[in-house]
Amino acid sequence: MSELSTTTILSTSRSNSSVWCCCLIALALLAFTPGHAEAADDVLRKVAVADPYLEMHTGPGRGYPIFHVVDRGESVEIVLQRTDWYRVRAANGVEGWVDQAQMELTLKPDGSEVDFAQATLDDFTNAKWEAGILAGDFGGANIVSLYGGYSLNPHVSVEVWGSQILGNFSNGWMGSVNLVHETWPDWRFSPFFTLGAGVIHTSPKSTIIQGEDRTDQVGHVGAGLRVYATRRFLLRVEYKSYVVFTSRDENEEVREWKAGFAFFF
Amino acid sequence: MESRIRVLFLIALAITLSGCAATKNLFGMGDEEAPPPSSEPPGQVIDPQVERREIKEPAIDREDFEIGAFVGMMNIEDFGTDTVYGVRLAYHVTEGFFVEATVGQSEASLTSFEVLSGGARLFDDRDLTYYNLNLGYNILPGEMFIGEGRAYNTNFYLIAGLGSTRFADDDRFTVNFGAGFRFLLTDSVALHVDFRDHLFDIDVIGQEKTVHNLEGTIGVTVFF
Repeated sequence: MSELSTTTILSTSRSNSSVWCCCLIALALLAFTPGHAEAADDVLRKVAVADPYLEMHTGPGRGYPIFHVVDRGESVEIVLQRTDWYRVRAANGVEGWVDQAQMELTLKPDGSEVDFAQATLDDFTNAKWEAGILAGDFGGANIVSLYGGYSLNPHVSVEVWGSQILGNFSNGWMGSVNLVHETWPDWRFSPFFTLGAGVIHTSPKSTIIQGEDRTDQVGHVGAGLRVYATRRFLLRVEYKSYVVFTSRDENEEVREWKAGFAFFF
Repeated sequence: MESRIRVLFLIALAITLSGCAATKNLFGMGDEEAPPPSSEPPGQVIDPQVERREIKEPAIDREDFEIGAFVGMMNIEDFGTDTVYGVRLAYHVTEGFFVEATVGQSEASLTSFEVLSGGARLFDDRDLTYYNLNLGYNILPGEMFIGEGRAYNTNFYLIAGLGSTRFADDDRFTVNFGAGFRFLLTDSVALHVDFRDHLFDIDVIGQEKTVHNLEGTIGVTVFF
């Protein structure tokens, strides 16, 4: 153990931007540098094998065969993580992929248990940020939407939406800001209510002569369901009723159904 | 003699009293007394000044995102085949599922009608641009071997999604599906071969119809 603890040095934490830069450079110089986009002096996290053995697979997936085994007491370095798989390097230099379940049974250099953060239903309730993609029907037209949300507390969150509307007679886009209230945020199937306002822009299709581009304000109310699927993944279904405040005599009402998926983080 | 008796008496008294003192707390009698804090513990010769070292663990390098570019051929129904190029960004949710956003561009050639009529064009803006939001599944993960000592991880995946295509002066709701092959040169760099069908409705040539636009591309991506 003492040998392990002496090898742990303060990390040189890499910021996200440097990762981005590395990726872009790697992309540009791909033909010349087909390797890891990471600095050579990066310090890797070390863990000690506490189970009788640690199985190394040849790839990050259930089906890949086990080709190497690290015995209890030996330590391994974590090179990288992809989904639930960890690429580790043994003391003898052999590298392979180990799944999450086995990594959870390793120990830190100081002998305590390793906590490999895994998103749970708790995170689904308490996560601050959320982003997703939904598609569906907007008053007979197709709609594709992208949204990002921030939770003020587990019950209330603010969301910003951007949508493209693709209809038979007209196309358009819509941007809106929503306030979302979840009554039971800790439920796996969590219903919510929403209220919002925004702007809708419609332009008639080029093959139809009449009509001109319009930009109107919209307000909406809605309800839906967020369903925790797995990891950081959730499914979302919702219905919204829009009122378009047109410059004509009467306002337009539009009903919208959408379904899609989102991530929280 | 007398003094010896006195000494014995005093010893007996001392034992009794100390016994009472020791047992009085046993029956809940008397105040609960904490042992008096000794200002200088007897065995402590050196006061340790060493602080416990705080171990900050290096962050694990997560590589769930994949970004890259692709180039290939796209057949736009009625408008011939031309080069297509674009970029893609993917996020791997599990070892099986991933989501992907793609943006691509191609150009429409002349239709047979436009060629034969000699100059009359159906529309002027010949660019086709599309974006897609897709869900993919690595249905056949595997390995490929080159010679005796080299093995590369691969994935054959199915993918489908929706988005929009801007073509012939209109945005068109587009459904796309297809399959692809990912060949990992290293853990972080992959080559792709992809085949997709983009379906959308178009009414440029008379009646409205659903068209199939087949696309075949090769690409390179980097995980980060």
